[in-house]
Amino acid sequence: MAFHLTQGTFSYLPPLTDDEIKMQIDYALNHNWPLSVEFTDDPHPRNTYWEMWGLPMFDQKDPAAILYEINECRKAYPNHYIRLNAYDPSRGRQTLALSFIVNRPANDPGFHLHRQEVADRQIHYTLHSYATDKPKGERFSD
Amino acid sequence: MSATEENKTKGRWASGVIPYREMGYWRPDYEPLETDIICLFRIIPQEGVEPEEAAAAVAGESSTATWTVVWTDRLTSYDDYRAKAYRVDPIPGTNQYFAYIAYSIDLFEEGSVTNVAASVIGNVFGFKALKALRLEDMRFPLHYVKTFQGPAHGIVVEREYLDKYGRPLLGATTKPKLGLSARNYGRVAYEALRGGLDFTKDDENIGSQPFMRWRDRFLYVMEGVNRAMAETGEVKGHYLNVTAATMEDMYERAEFARDLGSVIIMVDLVVGYTGIQSMAKWARKNGMILHLHRAGHSTYTRQKTHGVSFRVISKWMRLIGVDHIHAGTVVGKLEGDPNMIHGFYKTLRDSKVEANLQEGLFFDQDWGSMPGVMPVASGGIHAGQMHLLLHHLGEDVVLQFGGGTIGHPMGISAGATANRVALEAMIKARNEGKDILNEGPEILQKAARLSPSLQAALDVWKDVSFNYESTDTPDVIPTPSV
Repeated sequence: MAFHLTQGTFSYLPPLTDDEIKMQIDYALNHNWPLSVEFTDDPHPRNTYWEMWGLPMFDQKDPAAILYEINECRKAYPNHYIRLNAYDPSRGRQTLALSFIVNRPANDPGFHLHRQEVADRQIHYTLHSYATDKPKGERFSD
Repeated sequence: MSATEENKTKGRWASGVIPYREMGYWRPDYEPLETDIICLFRIIPQEGVEPEEAAAAVAGESSTATWTVVWTDRLTSYDDYRAKAYRVDPIPGTNQYFAYIAYSIDLFEEGSVTNVAASVIGNVFGFKALKALRLEDMRFPLHYVKTFQGPAHGIVVEREYLDKYGRPLLGATTKPKLGLSARNYGRVAYEALRGGLDFTKDDENIGSQPFMRWRDRFLYVMEGVNRAMAETGEVKGHYLNVTAATMEDMYERAEFARDLGSVIIMVDLVVGYTGIQSMAKWARKNGMILHLHRAGHSTYTRQKTHGVSFRVISKWMRLIGVDHIHAGTVVGKLEGDPNMIHGFYKTLRDSKVEANLQEGLFFDQDWGSMPGVMPVASGGIHAGQMHLLLHHLGEDVVLQFGGGTIGHPMGISAGATANRVALEAMIKARNEGKDILNEGPEILQKAARLSPSLQAALDVWKDVSFNYESTDTPDVIPTPSV
């Protein structure tokens, strides 16, 4: 079975259409959560800092304009992972409220689980993305 | 007559026995200070005992008093140190009373739930003058809250650590609870995690038994966890139960879990307040999420007339510093009136909780900047209830489907996928503005068209529900408006 990265709020559903993405944008804007677009070709689950497609759109209240940015990012990075984040800046939360993948590379070879066998039957585990064997920018290209 | 005046009268200090209410523990004129800790007790006095005297006795025995007058009281600033029963309300239609008792903040050691418990539930519950006693709620002033570490990480840090946002987390407890060998046990964790769950879990009674020693379990489970992470590219965890006979054993197991790279450990409530708080400190120091299984709580939380409400246990556990706590499902197999559970969830998660009698919340409670505890819903729940779970419990919760994952007809991994598909479909629908409470079943059926796993889950568990009357219910019900 082909590898399928399951990070993000919606990874077990069919890819959201642009109309469906827009409804999620509406939901975020109704809560006053600014949206941002990020992309990466390093899908390691501990890769927290995906590249920012511009700054978070703090003042953008038009869902169509946010969808436009997603599509511009898709044009520039068709073979990258792209995610849409909604951020809740309210006191006591100050973290992401919603974050889901809106673009996937055509083919992700997945992860190698590296096992370092040490004393007393212990194993030290390391996840390694096969894609990152190639230099940045050349990953996921077929 | 104020207590001070009363104490001036000669008789107060004569040797012998006088009623507690005349010793200064009944003070209907008292206005609680902002810094006071307040307890609300449900009391049933013995026949012939006035409710005010019963309340005063509880105040006395949980603070400075003994059964007789002692002259050594006069060496202290006794009026400050006495707890004060200041209000007693009859509960209509019963022989019960609500007694409000205020305690000076200086009666309690800073940062010690154990010390609080030793006072407020230490002696009084066996007191002969009472037929029954229940600690219903406590108000902790922010001054006292601030003396605690609080949750080792809290909801926000946990979400960032796990990289999971916008939806409840999903878990499953390994079944059968007892008897699997370590190798087979790790298989269950692997299958459930790779299928789409975020967490798997040891059950409360998994320690280090002959059929599976703790060290073997940890090794095989972590193989399963890491394999599942490689299959999905997502952070996964298994609550490794470090509950053991001594603190030394618990630290040894926790350290081993940390060295193997686990993100989370668990303890059982039966290890006691001090044991849990020690583990909470350890968990913050070692970057480990701390899950608490409330094993044993129903022995004292369930019956309405005697014991300690789970609302109080929730407050204590937030102060003590756990990151997760089982707090009820509303719809599952275990006790839980919906209103009461809403009250527990607010108590665990919110920064400021307002009094709400219908939800059993008797006091405003300000938690300041103390992080929230992630409630865990576990016990007899399945994918077909996803809309109800999301409606009642909200987003910051771990939904644990043990049987509802492992009992799936197509296997554990399919069971996990069914739950994840159901959850994501429900979140998506809710965000799109759909009325999930009413349209939930159709939303699930629609999602199942693209997910054979979900379809099988809906088919097999479609009629399962646990509709029994709750025992722990609110005393206040809304008056129906016409």
